[in-house]
Amino acid sequence: MASALIDAPKTAKRGEIITLRALVSHQMETGYRREISGAVIPRLIIHTFTCHYDGEEIFRADLFPAMAANPLIAFTTVATRSEPLVFRWLDDAGVAITETVQLVVTA
Amino acid sequence: MMFPERHSRNNIEPSSDFYLPAFFIAVLFAINLSPVPFMAVRAAEIPLAQRQSGFELMQAETQAMQRNDLSNPAMLWVREGEKLWDEKPGENGQSCVACHGVVTGMAGVAASYPTLDTASGRPIDLTGRIQQCRTDRQRASAWPRESRALLAMASLIGLQSRGMPIMPAPDPISKAGAARGKALFNQRVGQLNLSCAQCHDDNWGRKLGSATIPQGHPTGYPIYRLEWQGVGSLQRRLRNCLAGVRAEAFPFGADALIDLELFLMERAAGMTVETPAVRP
Amino acid sequence: MPPSTKPTRRKVLVQGTAALAFLTARPAFAEPEDMEKAILDFTGGVAVTPGKVKIEVAPLVENGNSVTLGVRVESPMTTAYHVKTIALFNEKNPQPQIARFHLGPRAGRAAVETRIRLATTQHLTAIARLSDGSLWSDTVEVIVTIAACTED
Repeated sequence: MASALIDAPKTAKRGEIITLRALVSHQMETGYRREISGAVIPRLIIHTFTCHYDGEEIFRADLFPAMAANPLIAFTTVATRSEPLVFRWLDDAGVAITETVQLVVTA
Repeated sequence: MMFPERHSRNNIEPSSDFYLPAFFIAVLFAINLSPVPFMAVRAAEIPLAQRQSGFELMQAETQAMQRNDLSNPAMLWVREGEKLWDEKPGENGQSCVACHGVVTGMAGVAASYPTLDTASGRPIDLTGRIQQCRTDRQRASAWPRESRALLAMASLIGLQSRGMPIMPAPDPISKAGAARGKALFNQRVGQLNLSCAQCHDDNWGRKLGSATIPQGHPTGYPIYRLEWQGVGSLQRRLRNCLAGVRAEAFPFGADALIDLELFLMERAAGMTVETPAVRP
Repeated sequence: MPPSTKPTRRKVLVQGTAALAFLTARPAFAEPEDMEKAILDFTGGVAVTPGKVKIEVAPLVENGNSVTLGVRVESPMTTAYHVKTIALFNEKNPQPQIARFHLGPRAGRAAVETRIRLATTQHLTAIARLSDGSLWSDTVEVIVTIAACTED
């Protein structure tokens, strides 16, 4: 049961630079830990994070095991139009988590 | 977790590496090499005016993580708890919301647990009460201790008391449990032969290794602990401390752990609930 | 007087320290050369100039499992001249890569924040690739403290 938390303004003026903070639940298993038996716990991390807004991918991150568990990624974008912001995380098992928030842009 | 040598975590058996820090402490004590006069005895109990949450000892970045709900990873568990609140897990189709209403109605509940379970005549902690609801009222299977769902539900209910003062249960049975807990708190245990009080009453604020010893108040549980990379219960924390002094930890749900919880709530009476807190 | 075999305080201290040294000796950390190689893979041999980039991180962290870190790059972030990628590297984790952030003029500002894992005290390097192909960097050292009571 994955969940995500997005910190984004609900409204912004056109041309305003807004900060988007995306937090998601994921253990980000590094692939470097071992069970007591000695067996390696397989790597299972989110390897790609993207944000789409107003027609295109505005941000992408390639992630490695050195990212903390329940990773937080914050970045900025210029408010252009009243459109959804679509955040997407993709992990090694092929599981995708998608979270969408609506941004209202005023003149 | 990037520490290949410190891999014992949830659902993984402790390895021999696990004993390194305990060994380190053992060496410090055995040869009296502590960087501070660690065993220096201060007051027996913490004066009310000096009580403080472990929050105060954290570095600014960790405090910031707790201050903003959209930065606090524990809120991911709360979010999951919100979904579970509406679910009907058992054959009788009973949900939490059907009995209790909206979850905000649980304000103040967690601030007074553990408390007396009138049915059994024994103290019960919040986790035990959730499990009781699961099995008796919802006709569903109990969640395993420290499972994600159980911690999610406990975090959600705990959050409803955030900002409220801790109010220990006033009934005589709970008070008797707290008294037993106090005796346990002051009893030397383990191969290091240390009591809880020796660290958390007598030496709080001093350094153990690089970490500052907190007073050990249960203001924020369940907590998101950076060391755990996830949310854990007060009982997990207590078991960790017992393992830290190389004592055999009481099993989850043991009466002794509930007694300790009762005492800690009494000891922290009036302090503000922070759930879900972040700790290093 | 024959040398005593009785454990003196000093002997215990020495043996204890030796045992500690044995127990703390761990393989599996990457070497600084691994970071150099990973950086070379990213830069393709293009020269990297220190400057324009600023890593914001506490110099000393209380737990390496989650270290809050920000990177800012001085840039107008215009279509003509902007930051395309910010790559983060570490010296002593099992792998030298941490993350690569791809942005463009629509970001408005070249600033990212995240939380990372640091296995031990080490250097971190952030390299920004600009739209003109130039590479800029910043390097910081972060001290990771180790708790005495590690459990579970």
